[in-house]
Amino acid sequence: MSKLKIPTGILAMAVVALMATSCKDTKKENNNEDAHHTEQMEENGHLDDGVQDHSTMDHDKMGLSDKMMDMNKNAMRSSQIVGDYLELKNALVADNKEAAAKVGEKLVGSLENFDKSKFDKEQQGELTDIIEDATEHAEHIAKSHLDHQREHFDVLSKDVIDLISITGTKKTLYQDFCPMFNDKKGAQWLSATKEIKNPYYGSKMVTCGSVQKQIN
Amino acid sequence: MKIAKVIGWVLLIVLVGIQFVSTTRNQSDIVPTTDFMIVNNVPKPVENSLITSCYDCHSNNTNYPWYNKVQPVAWFLEGHVEDGKKELNFNEWGNYSSRRRNSKLNSIISQIEDDEMPLTSYTLIHSDAQLSEKNKEIVIKWITQLKDSL
Repeated sequence: MSKLKIPTGILAMAVVALMATSCKDTKKENNNEDAHHTEQMEENGHLDDGVQDHSTMDHDKMGLSDKMMDMNKNAMRSSQIVGDYLELKNALVADNKEAAAKVGEKLVGSLENFDKSKFDKEQQGELTDIIEDATEHAEHIAKSHLDHQREHFDVLSKDVIDLISITGTKKTLYQDFCPMFNDKKGAQWLSATKEIKNPYYGSKMVTCGSVQKQIN
Repeated sequence: MKIAKVIGWVLLIVLVGIQFVSTTRNQSDIVPTTDFMIVNNVPKPVENSLITSCYDCHSNNTNYPWYNKVQPVAWFLEGHVEDGKKELNFNEWGNYSSRRRNSKLNSIISQIEDDEMPLTSYTLIHSDAQLSEKNKEIVIKWITQLKDSL
């Protein structure tokens, strides 16, 4: 074997290895690009569901009993998460993968900021479980295609429903049901409007579904 | 010619050099009581499929072929195993809450259905890890049953 052949082989191996390891970075860049076109969608989302600016809820309500104030505070703690969730739901109704991915990322942050220290021990355990699970789904929504985003949204919806059953909510929400999704096993979602706008099928079947109950 | 030779030698030295950089090896002889197969009553065909196609990256024990001990392949693999275990570790199944189990099972079904798992970069080398249509069906059917029984 000539001396030259060995180094050439090694060179080829090194190039292949470099190419393989650089795949990840390219993917990341794509994601960032995707996340750009969402400003408008976000605005629409806010209008649609009347998502309020959370900072206005911060004022102390005078004259309320302590317990009421606690309840309000607890609901406030989850309001950021619920706000993001509703925005995500609107993005899926609009079949907008990029917007959904962007809100998914935002939701990861809101879940991280959730303060559970004021809840009792048992609730804290359950909240930790919910937040952990929801975070994983939000992370996946931030980097998946539309079909997968919807699959994760299904389980995420259960998490958010369970979350507000503990924290309560100041906002009036509707728990809706789509009987077709998930191999006809059905899937729930939350909305701030009574009118059905199906996030699981979007424009394909936007009015499919029914209100299961009104929360608040 | 001379330049090629020099580059070749430099690369050779680098390549030999990086062999001495150690990576964390994902190996363990202990199958914990929290393992998926111990917690659940898994039928043999499903068990075989999961162990062959998933356990290398989704458990505490990777079955390393020789070339996976060579750098820089070992680095590449280390990252995969780390990510894989973070998403799902079959050895830790018993420690997952029922909410988490439901989520994991959902993802397992969807990943296998869409041929996203096992990864193509993995099955290219481990052809035995490729799930046949038949095995996919068997695994998905059983995992769906497990999910519905939660």
